[in-house]
Amino acid sequence: MDLNKKFTPETWPEHPERATLEAKNKFVGFWLFLGGETILFATLFATYMALKNKGPSGFEFSTQELYELPLVFVMTLLLLTSSLTSVYAMYHMKNFNFKKMQLWLGITALLGLGFLSLELYEFSHYVKEGFTFSNSAFSSSFFTLVGTHGFHVAIGLVWVTLLLFRNAKRGLNLYNATKYYTFSLYWHFIDVVWVFIFTVVYLMGVIG
Amino acid sequence: MSSVAQKRSFGAAFWDWMTTVDHKKIGILYLIGGGFFFVLGGIEAMIIRLQLLKPNNDLVSAGLFNDLITMHGTTMIFLAAMPILFGFMNYIMPLQIGARDVAFPFINSLGFWMFFFGGLFLNISWLVGQVPDAGWTSYASLSLASTGHGIDFYAIGLQIAGGGTLMAGINFLVTIINMRAPGMTYMRMPLFTWTTFVASAMILFAFPPLTVGLFFLTFDRMFNGNFFDHTMGGNTIIWEHIFWIFGHPEVYILILPAFGIFSEIFTIFSRKRLFGYPAMVFATVLIGFLGFMVWAHHMFTVGLGPTANAIFAVATMAIAVPTGVKIFNWLLTIWGGSITVTTPMLYALGFIPSFVMGGVTGVMQGAAPLDYQLHDSYFIVAHFHYVIVGGVVLAILGGLHLYWPKMFGTMLNETLGKITFIFFFVGFHCTFLIQHWLGFWGMPRRVWTYMDGQGWNTANMISSIGALLMAIGVIVLVINIIMTVAKNQRVGNDPWHDGRTLEWAIPSPPPFYNFTTTPLVRGLDSVWIEKSEGNMTGLTPAEPVSDIHMPNGSIIPFLMTFGMFVAGFGAMYHQETSWGLPVLIFGLAWTFVAMSARSLQDDLGFHVTKEEIQRDIDNARKGGQF
Amino acid sequence: MMKGLKKWRLFSLLAVLTVFLAGCGQQELSTLLPAGQVGKDQFKLLMLSSGIMLFVIIVVVAIYVVALLRFRRSKLGDDFIPEQTEGSQKLELIWTIIPIILIIILAVPTVYYTYKLGDVKAMEEVDDDGNAKHLVVDVTAKLYWWEFEYPDLGIVTAQELVVPTKEKVFFNLKAADVKHSFWIPAIGGKLDTNVENLNKFYLTFDQESKGLKDGVFYGKCAELCGPSHSLMDFKVKTLPRDEFNTWVKNMQATKDKPVVANAAGEEVFKTSCIGCHATSGAGEGGSQGPNLAAFGDRNRVAGFLKHDEKELKEWIKNPQKLKPGNTMPSFENQLSDQELDDLADYLLGLSVEQ
Repeated sequence: MDLNKKFTPETWPEHPERATLEAKNKFVGFWLFLGGETILFATLFATYMALKNKGPSGFEFSTQELYELPLVFVMTLLLLTSSLTSVYAMYHMKNFNFKKMQLWLGITALLGLGFLSLELYEFSHYVKEGFTFSNSAFSSSFFTLVGTHGFHVAIGLVWVTLLLFRNAKRGLNLYNATKYYTFSLYWHFIDVVWVFIFTVVYLMGVIG
Repeated sequence: MSSVAQKRSFGAAFWDWMTTVDHKKIGILYLIGGGFFFVLGGIEAMIIRLQLLKPNNDLVSAGLFNDLITMHGTTMIFLAAMPILFGFMNYIMPLQIGARDVAFPFINSLGFWMFFFGGLFLNISWLVGQVPDAGWTSYASLSLASTGHGIDFYAIGLQIAGGGTLMAGINFLVTIINMRAPGMTYMRMPLFTWTTFVASAMILFAFPPLTVGLFFLTFDRMFNGNFFDHTMGGNTIIWEHIFWIFGHPEVYILILPAFGIFSEIFTIFSRKRLFGYPAMVFATVLIGFLGFMVWAHHMFTVGLGPTANAIFAVATMAIAVPTGVKIFNWLLTIWGGSITVTTPMLYALGFIPSFVMGGVTGVMQGAAPLDYQLHDSYFIVAHFHYVIVGGVVLAILGGLHLYWPKMFGTMLNETLGKITFIFFFVGFHCTFLIQHWLGFWGMPRRVWTYMDGQGWNTANMISSIGALLMAIGVIVLVINIIMTVAKNQRVGNDPWHDGRTLEWAIPSPPPFYNFTTTPLVRGLDSVWIEKSEGNMTGLTPAEPVSDIHMPNGSIIPFLMTFGMFVAGFGAMYHQETSWGLPVLIFGLAWTFVAMSARSLQDDLGFHVTKEEIQRDIDNARKGGQF
Repeated sequence: MMKGLKKWRLFSLLAVLTVFLAGCGQQELSTLLPAGQVGKDQFKLLMLSSGIMLFVIIVVVAIYVVALLRFRRSKLGDDFIPEQTEGSQKLELIWTIIPIILIIILAVPTVYYTYKLGDVKAMEEVDDDGNAKHLVVDVTAKLYWWEFEYPDLGIVTAQELVVPTKEKVFFNLKAADVKHSFWIPAIGGKLDTNVENLNKFYLTFDQESKGLKDGVFYGKCAELCGPSHSLMDFKVKTLPRDEFNTWVKNMQATKDKPVVANAAGEEVFKTSCIGCHATSGAGEGGSQGPNLAAFGDRNRVAGFLKHDEKELKEWIKNPQKLKPGNTMPSFENQLSDQELDDLADYLLGLSVEQ
């Protein structure tokens, strides 16, 4: 593969993310990796459900009293929107419009950052109330499940930032197109996991 | 390549191995690493058997005995059997599908170093004197109660090694999906490739639960988590579920590649196509699938209730069907063939009765009410050694003899190989057959010693003598390897003369780019087809000789893993020392920087030119390799 | 060489047979000589499954041996190229269906017995006066000893389970520290004692233990629980119902009229031991150390040492050496030899059977 090969929107392949063997490998490999991640989160979900509301004798926290839906709802909106903006970015990537792709990815990152800040605020709020990681089995499983998701968001943010700065001068080529594409896959995955967290942890916690 | 390597200085060669991304070299590294841990685990096993030689023995203390059984099990499963099989997968599978490397050479190297540092981390526990002692299953109440850092070594060491395994699994999957040579359809893949494929898929779905379980354990022990502490609302049964959701597929991850190796051996040394190839493939996939449905049969006595026990009992028995299909297809493969009993074939022939015996005792334990008696008795010890030694270890030893000439260009001595087999095989049955009865007679497993007068003395002595015979077998094997390396008699492409798959049509050892031209595959057992149609090279090129793109070596995998290794110590000591936390952060940061360095550079690999390849072909012709 | 191998196979087969015939183990702890209905049910399953499995092994080995004998290259010649058969659907079908049938034969009784042995509904049954119909024993496993509480009878004992014969005895199983597993091989196996929940099951004891080698059945801990896991043995004494009732009465009586074989020993006990050990068999479980009301009647010291004065004194002097990791402190430097003698005398005199 030649990095210096110059493309125009006309010569740019229809599926740049799997135009070369290396790209195809990354594409398939990343899908498989997300399969493994799904199992990882499934295990975390199962554990959370088993340990929900469980604590030492005289335990005072319960999902009903702890969670505050409005905040979580705003977080959900931010993350869902960021998924949409990453779709725009990929649309421009396929059309070889590097600037617009970078712009939309930048917006995606900002929305993700907003989500993460709110999550950190949420966590610190809980900790202030005494609901710390080592408070109970419930708190351990809650922070591990939601925290693992948050950690994934943080990784995604670092990843996209590196991509944006690294390629700012290089522009789009067949080598980094896959990198952008796998990032967007990853970002969608995080989004889907959050939808489950929102439903299983928060909605079912407050209503169920 | 080897002649070039010899001319270089030791330092350069060492650097070459540290930075290699060549699947063949990584395969050999896996074999060396796994072989080292295999010997280590074997020594632990010998001490266990010596301690149990006679009643009321006090060769080792009770605490040390628990260290030994834990480390024996953990080492053999995670650090010996799996890495050695990975060695074969790495070396052979890309050759079998006509590929020049695996899909992610960099990640391949990373996977190896993670296994290596994970194993190192785990075994440093011996030097610190605080060794894991809750059994290889590390059930939560005991693993939380265990004092010292033993279990911490287990949790972090396996976390690192397990991460490497997951990467290797994804890598093999993508390699097989994307990099098969033209004409190599799924239903033309050799069975070893198929079993690698299914085992890798199982790794992908079985290892994340282990990762999560180990994180829970790490959190509970080192970061004040409460997943398993029942006084804080936790639940130890969660660990058992998570462990076995991983642990049961794990044993199929081990046995399937072993099945693959035996399928290759049976076909080569019977000169016959594998009988019922589609059924074999289907059975492999089915075993892989069912392997995820039966984990709770390890937990029949936990008190899950009769309904759960009944469901898992029936599901467990169902696995016997595809396994039986495999056994009979192997029998029909040698039936009507032209059998020659070489050392690899001897291992394959020894495997059939041994594995059948291990398999049927598995079905017996699947009968839940019967398992209430057999569970955690010596019967189960006998059972899993019958399947793992009688299946996996025999496959490893057979595969070693089979592929040694392909990997190193020189044959292991056949006579010594057969002597190894006889000692090992006789010793194996002597050690473990009698243990079924020890279980019937009421001897629980994992006992440090036993009282006189319970009728167990003779049986235990027989068992220990058997272990000694196995050890002699392994020592003969080591002698054989040393002698073979010293003699270094070179062999050609197909030293067994009846090779059927692509790896037997290229030089031994293969050039670093494997195939001068990508081969065209026209059916199952491609090389056999070509040769029987008169093409004695065994290969039909799918393309003219052209430039080959190869990846660059890199030291980054080593550095990344080293960071994790350092971070592990930080995590372990952060509660009691002031340096723990900084070291943890430093290690993680180190890994992150190394990873970023990788992702920021443009590493596009290099090209081997047409002329170089043509020169290699001409040299090989002169040397009579074709 | 192959000839030698064949001879060895024959030899090993014979050896296996001999072991099989002679090898039923010892009555007090062998699963092959079951002395209770649960164990007998499990033994039936063992015989059924062994039969099916032996059949499978014989078929496989038969095909295998014939193939090995008939299709050797040494017989067929070096140039012989066998037919490259692809397979046979008919055969595949046969060796799919026959195993399925075999497995169904095994699966039906498996499911039946799973439910039968898991049925503990009768545990809660009471007669017209509100008394429990069946004997219920609460078992608590601790590092490394067993506590047996009879909640309906108001008594508690340790290390030696005493039960009536020929009736269902129900068990509540629990662990106090780490997970253990409760196993009486000759009676029926086995159920884990978890830390977070009660496990329930039943056993029946058909045979009186009096005639056995030590007069007791052997019980084992079957789950790795720490360094002294292998020493966490207990014993089971099975008595006819009327003798059992007498035993219960005597146990209940230890509350009011304790046995004092050695008054000086009792003093030592009261200053050094009573913090953890009780000598009254009446009451509830949950004490630090094993209840010693019936200590003199037991078969072993600490579950595994010979039941005599010498071993008892050794045990009191240094329990950590004999059973590493247990919770009893060492008394080597705290008691004089005289005190030890008296104490041992006193303890061995604690009996409800004489």
